[in-house]
This record gives sequence, structure tokens and C-alpha cells, in this order.
Amino acid sequence: MTTASDLSCHGLVRRFGRQSAVDHISLDVPAGTFFSILGPSGCGKTTLLRLLAGFDKPDAGDIHIRGQRMNDVPPNRRPVNMVFQHLALFPTMSVGDNIAYGLKRRKVASAERNKRVAKVLEQVGLPGLEHRNPQELSGGQRQRVALARCLVLEPTLLLLDEPLGALDLKLREQMKIELKHLQKQFGTTFVYITHDQSEAMVMSDQVAVMKNGRFDQVAPPEDLYREPATPFVAGFVGDNNQLVGEVVSVRDNLAEIRLEDGEVVRGRVASGGVKAGGRAELYVRPESLVLTGDALNEGYSAMQARVRTTLFDGANSRVEAAKGDQPVYARLPQDGSAPRLTTDGIIRLAWDPMLARVFAAGNP
Amino acid sequence: MRSARQQPFRTAVLILVWGWLLFLVFTPNLLVVGASVMTRDPGTFISLPLNLDAYRQLLNPLYLEVFLHSLYMAAMTTLICLLIGYPFAWSLSKVARQHQVLLIFLLIVPFWTNSLVRTYALKLILATNGLLNSALMSLGLIEEPLQMLYTEGAVIIGLVYLLLPFMILPLYAVFDDLRDDLLRASHDLGAGRFSTFIHVIVPLTLPGVLAGVMLVLLPAMGLFFVPDILGGSRNLLVGNVIKNQFLDARNWPFGAAASIVLTLAMAFLMFAHRLSKRRIGEEGV
Repeated sequence: MTTASDLSCHGLVRRFGRQSAVDHISLDVPAGTFFSILGPSGCGKTTLLRLLAGFDKPDAGDIHIRGQRMNDVPPNRRPVNMVFQHLALFPTMSVGDNIAYGLKRRKVASAERNKRVAKVLEQVGLPGLEHRNPQELSGGQRQRVALARCLVLEPTLLLLDEPLGALDLKLREQMKIELKHLQKQFGTTFVYITHDQSEAMVMSDQVAVMKNGRFDQVAPPEDLYREPATPFVAGFVGDNNQLVGEVVSVRDNLAEIRLEDGEVVRGRVASGGVKAGGRAELYVRPESLVLTGDALNEGYSAMQARVRTTLFDGANSRVEAAKGDQPVYARLPQDGSAPRLTTDGIIRLAWDPMLARVFAAGNP
Repeated sequence: MRSARQQPFRTAVLILVWGWLLFLVFTPNLLVVGASVMTRDPGTFISLPLNLDAYRQLLNPLYLEVFLHSLYMAAMTTLICLLIGYPFAWSLSKVARQHQVLLIFLLIVPFWTNSLVRTYALKLILATNGLLNSALMSLGLIEEPLQMLYTEGAVIIGLVYLLLPFMILPLYAVFDDLRDDLLRASHDLGAGRFSTFIHVIVPLTLPGVLAGVMLVLLPAMGLFFVPDILGGSRNLLVGNVIKNQFLDARNWPFGAAASIVLTLAMAFLMFAHRLSKRRIGEEGV
């Protein structure tokens, strides 16, 4: 057990009937990290969080927090606090009483309590709001109260269960950044679960991508983006285009794949099992695709596609094209460099094969 | 929004509601208020001059005693209803949805029988040669029949039996709204079960408790037929006093004054209930 990790789990299993919601998960979260668990709904991330908070018990495996085994410790004795999805602020209490709730349970004297409540409110940017009712606050303010209610207890670990889900888009963008700053400011270890890859990418030091009760990959956001370990990660983290075909050859870690219409494209091999004659999936991101006329950068792979429509969104504008019946998206630069596009026109899309990832098809 | 065709319907509904309130709520209540400040008259029941004698009479130790005894029995009834109803409603909110519907249905079924009839049924059970005594005697638990009928206890049993659903239903409504997340949050912040109950569950269910108290306490002071059937002559409710003043003693001003006091008590409870609800807020976050 290394002392540097605040949370360490080994072989965690939680079954519901025959289904394993959490299936042999091991993880290690170093002190002071922002750790996200990212996965689609039903992947078991909420179950995992409930195990960590102590609302549920694992069928197998161990949970250690700062080296202490937590399996049989009830939630009210764990050095862990949780920000709930719907915040769960007590509506019968003022903001101050909500935040003081945990301190009161610890029998902190009232003078000290008031001081700490005032201090944490200031830290989350809501100074002097002790006497307001939570119902009178805006969504973003309530969010901060829920955070303050946990942080005032100085937990070893703060669990966050998709707390931004209820906010509108603009506020959510703002809170993402704020949460990351608060985490750095307090230095508390955050474990954040979400199905929104952008939330996980923006805020986290480490992201675990979860699927069917298991972690597909645990890595910093940049690595997930650049070096996805599985097709699921490649498809789930960031936008990606998927092209399926038959492997023609593999040389120097570069695979050539013949698509259904006969065109041959290239990409870097990202998993075992990619060999000539087998089927493979190539993933290439819309931002790696270049629209070309005739000129082709040396070493680039290219293919033709039929334009379906353009999706104008300022700097995020894209073109939707079709390769066979598979949609392909490419970034559409708004600096005048892109050619004029017509619906059903044929375009050439090129990319650096080193930026494309090839996985053996059917590989988990 | 308001099409021409909807307008007459809207007007008709409004007239109906206001007419109802005017003729069946405001007018009778005003008449009662009026009667309470008039003078008793053997011929016409009430006459001028206006005075507060009826209210002064309420302070007569004899009636004060009846009022306090009535309040005591109603309070005991309410307390017992609360002690049974609170855990009952809590468990009801915990069982599976489809069973909840059935259980609430069973709770309501007795209302289909007239409450007078049900009170007579209770009399058959509690009587000296009634079901309960016979059962206890044949079990050998007692040798002589117990005096259960015509006691204060019998009145309270009768009131609890008739009014319990009125306690359970509002409590069920608040327990049904109680979100598990709030209880988990309390637990997560370091509270044990007892602490969570006192600091989170009780305040959140308080509006239900007050609503239940409102629906039980005041009717419990007014259900005059229960003491008539089960209580004998000594266990009177305010309702009996009012009924007697109007029908037997023919002292309308006094009966009216007593019912005004009951109404004011009701209004006070409703006010407290509103306050507690506002504290929690409409959306409940």
C-alpha cells in the first residue's frame, strides 16, 4: 500500500442477480488528483461510486482510503463525502445550516463552526449567504453550496455524482472550469463520475473509461484522445470516424485496409490481432481530416467521399460526408482554405496515417 | 388562449364556485357569527341586543371543564393516531408501488360504510357481553367482563378508529415525496440513524404531521355521536355541547359561540400548516 494514494481499490465486484455491475475493478487515485470515471449510462459507474461512499457493499474486493480498509465502515464514518446528482440540499435548513450539518454531527463548537462555514462560503465564492434558503439560490449557487457542505469537512476524498447534469449548457461550461479551480485550491482528491466526455476531459488529471462494469482504459485526457486503447474508447472519447474493412498488409506498425468500395486507407496499428486478411476498424478524428483538391501531402492516406451536408457552427463547422453508407465527418476550416462544397459532390479527404488508429474488428 | 366558446363555460364554473361559497360557506358562517353575539330568546331563539354574553358563558368553569376534557380526549386521539399513523405511512411509502395502491384502497374502503353504523359495530365489540369480553373470558385471561363501554377509553378508541385514515393519508403524501438522497446525504455527512430522523426526516414530514393533526384534532372535538354511543353521559365533546345547545337547551348564541371558537382553532392550525410548508418551499429542491 503506497501512502501516496488516497483511494485504492482492488478487485471490486458488485453483482445484481447474474449481472456484474462492477466487475473486478482495481484503481489507484494519487492524493490531490481529479479523477473521473467516464462511461455511458448503465456502465456501473454509479454503483461503483456508491461502493466508495459506503451506501452499498462490494461482493468481493477491497477499498482502501489512505491505507485504511473501508469495506465495513459505514458512510457516516468514512473520510469521504459526496455531492449528489440532485445535490440533496436539506430544504428545511438555511445555507449556513446545510453547511454546518456535518460539523454539528462532529460536535464542533458553535463559534468555530460559524467561522468555518463563513470561510468555506467565501472560498466557493458565496460570502455572507449563510441565512438564505437553498430554494432562493440559482442552480450554480446551489451547486457551490453542495460543494461547500462537503469541503468544510475536509474529506480525504470527495465523490461527485454527475452534479452538473441539471444545469443549462452555459452554466455547465462555467462550472466545469470552476470545479477544476476549486479542486486545485482545496487540494482535495476528487472522484467524479459522468457520462459527458467533455466534462471528464476538461477537468480531470486522470480519466477511467468504464464499460460494462470494467475499465477500458485509465489515462490522462490527452492520452485517451491520442492513444485510445480500445475501439470503445476511440469512439466514446471525442468525435471519431469509423471505417471498417479488410487488412491488406501490416508494415512498420502501419496497416493498409481495403474498404468495401475498394479504396485502400492507412493508419497506425493500435491493438494486437491486426493481420493481413483479418477485418479491422480504422478510427480517424474529424480534426485530423484535411479536405484536399489534387495536391496531397507526402505520406498521407486519402479517400473519396460524397458530400451530404455542411454543418456550420463557427470554429466547429464540419462537413458530413458519406463513405458507402457510413457517415464521415471532417472539420471545415473557416479561414477560406476550404473548397466550395456542393451536396452529392465528391470530395477527397486526407490524413496523416500516424493520427489514425487501427483496431482488429471484434476485439473487445 | 381564451376562445369565445370557452368563455361561457368559464363564467358558469366561476359562478357555480362563488355561488357555492357564498350560500353554503360564507352566509352560514356569518349567520353563526351573528347568532353568537345575540341574545337568547325562548320564542324566536335569538333576538337583539347584541352582546358577548355567550362568549363570557364559555368561560364558565363548568363548560371550561367540558372543553378541556374534550380537548384532552381529542389530543389523546390525535397522539395515538400520530403514533400509529407515522410508522404506518412510512412503511406504506416503502412497499412496492403496485401494493401501495392496494393498501391505500383498503384504507379507504371503510368510508363506504356510514361512520354511525361503524360506531355501533364498535359498541357491539366493546359491550359488557360483547365480542372482546367474550373472547378474553373464553381465553381465560379475565374472569369477569371488563367495563369498556361508556368509558373515556371507549370514546378515544372510537375516535381513533374513525379518524386514523385522515392522519395516514397526509403523512403518506409527505413520506412519498421524501427523497432517499436526502437521507443518504445526511448519513454521508456523518449523521447516524437517530440524528437523521430528528434533523432531516422530522422537519421534512412536519407539514404532513400538521395536516394530519388538523384533520384529526378538530373533528375529534366535534364528532358528537361517538360519545353519544360509546361514552355515556360524562365523556362529552365540544361537539356534544354545541349540539345540545342548539337542539336541547335551545341556547343558540352559546352554541354558536362554541362553534366559532372551534372554527378559530382550526384557522390557527391551518395557518401553522401553511407556515411549515412555505419553509420547505414549493419545489423542495
